[in-house]
Amino acid sequence: MSKDVLVTEVALRDGSHVVAHQFTIDQVKNMTGKLSAAGVPYIEVSHGDGLGGSSLQYGFSKVNDIELVEAAVEAAGQSVISVLLIPGIGTIDQLREAAQVGAKMARIATHVTEADVSKQHLEAAKHLGMEAIGFLMMSHMASPEKLLEQAILMESYGADAVYVVDSAGSFLPQDVKTRIQLLRSKLNIDIGFHAHNNLSLAVANSLMAIEEGANRIDGSIRCLGAGAGNTQTEVLVAVLDKMGICTEIDLYKMLDLSEEVGNTIMPKPQEITDSSLIMGYSGVYSSFLLHANKAAKKYGVDARDILLELGRQKVVGGQEDTIIEVAEQMAFQKEGTLR
Amino acid sequence: MKKLKVGIIGSGNIGTDLMMKIHRSDVLEMSVMIGIDTESEGLKKARMHGHHVIENGMDGFLERPELADILFDATSAKAHVYHCKALKKMNKKLIDLTPAAIGPFIVPSVNLKENLNEAVVNMITCGGQATIPIVHAISQVAQVEYAEIIATISSRSAGPGTRANIDEFTQTTARALEQVGGAKKGKAIILLNPAEPPLIMRDTIHCLLQSDSYDVKEITTSINKMAEKVSEYVPGYRLKTEPICDGKQITVFLEVKGLGDFLPVYAGNLDIMTASAVKVGEEIAKSQFEQFV
Repeated sequence: MSKDVLVTEVALRDGSHVVAHQFTIDQVKNMTGKLSAAGVPYIEVSHGDGLGGSSLQYGFSKVNDIELVEAAVEAAGQSVISVLLIPGIGTIDQLREAAQVGAKMARIATHVTEADVSKQHLEAAKHLGMEAIGFLMMSHMASPEKLLEQAILMESYGADAVYVVDSAGSFLPQDVKTRIQLLRSKLNIDIGFHAHNNLSLAVANSLMAIEEGANRIDGSIRCLGAGAGNTQTEVLVAVLDKMGICTEIDLYKMLDLSEEVGNTIMPKPQEITDSSLIMGYSGVYSSFLLHANKAAKKYGVDARDILLELGRQKVVGGQEDTIIEVAEQMAFQKEGTLR
Repeated sequence: MKKLKVGIIGSGNIGTDLMMKIHRSDVLEMSVMIGIDTESEGLKKARMHGHHVIENGMDGFLERPELADILFDATSAKAHVYHCKALKKMNKKLIDLTPAAIGPFIVPSVNLKENLNEAVVNMITCGGQATIPIVHAISQVAQVEYAEIIATISSRSAGPGTRANIDEFTQTTARALEQVGGAKKGKAIILLNPAEPPLIMRDTIHCLLQSDSYDVKEITTSINKMAEKVSEYVPGYRLKTEPICDGKQITVFLEVKGLGDFLPVYAGNLDIMTASAVKVGEEIAKSQFEQFV
């Protein structure tokens, strides 16, 4: 039986946001080994903002990316270890280091309208013998036609697949249908979909994407991903199994690992809280959640107000510095009105 | 008034904006626009203003070297390498606005005086010109262990050059944060945002100091003074809030609005490069005239 859908597990990259990038080598080794044993084909390991993301802006990693990737590769068995890279944050040098320690897939992520900054990185990835995937973030911020234009660019740079990425978890199923349908009708390469569960639509959106021709889907086990998490991998596996769609992933092994993740790694259960709901509602990048909550506490303002304002300003992924600035300005104005 | 003759290599957006700024200078005289694309706006505009125009690049200038004493290179890193070689024994000053970074890094408000006699100087990057002055201002008061800058520019003001050199942007800026800013370690991030109306360039600077026992007033005064100094040659440069001093971490938010000479006002990232480069040119000219007095 050949796989109908290729799952990429992102808990060790998107989930890095949840643990403020504090994954240890043991955690990465343990999870990778168990994911691999469960038959997950692709496992992504990096700082939440990709290689080179360790910073004051996004949070310092406890352990250097390349060391985590190396540890994952050791435990990966037949699974492929993937890295994420955002041009402007990480560089080709870091891609090279990751390839040297055995990463075999590189996902190059740009804002949905800026595909042309990924040219050199996609080409470098191919040159390094890796599968090169284009990742169009904040896809809700562009029209389907614009998204197609950018996806075609990535295809022209040699990408083996292009992902439509719902970074804010704000897509409705119809939005996904329109976009994947359009891309599938015009592209020759694989199409992927990466969801966030901020509006509780991740699984439904993923199913819609599969229906329209996406064959690569991201999931995070126990929803260990930014915001309210991604499509819950084990849930997706179970649902696809019921639908007769093959992932070749062992459900019981995923469930066991899910319990372990929930009990030992997650600081608290991944629920759809007020802040994550607002992010999905107003289209704000999911990794802003912890930073917005922290700034709200520090400046004595409402996190939801911060997030709504960020949505209004059409802030893109990576702009965590605007969170502090907005919170500070709100606090300042509040003080002004109180006097 | 004595003026130094200026040649601009590269008739694109940056070259054209440079020309408009040089028209206002007391010590620089726009003499020749050197390009390779006959149809480019820059060559057309230069002709319109009555300047010399060379359409076969550096080779053309080498036939008429008397046309300029100081040259601004607004082409590409690769081309700059060739320009450097070509001008080697000709006693000309070359100001490099490309990421080639052959000559020493120069930030007008920080290390201008030390580098006035260099044959070639490099203007680093737009993010570097915006943030290094602030890091330097902090360094004057307390040791900066780590400086991290995040430059956010509108998609419209990021041309094909920037997009093709994004790795170089981060690496060159990081090195200059160390060498000129005084940080022990530097990191640079660049983000593009397509929002309409286009974003005005913003820069965030985070500095981690060696210790948290510094005088807050001393640091904020140094930063504010420096911002004023930069705004003398980049009028659209301003701090957005008071610096935030949080234990060992100092955070500064600033924005750079362009003058709108040739490039639109939101393209502050390009304007700070041209304004800074012109400032360097003017100081080179002034120092040369002083030598003959």
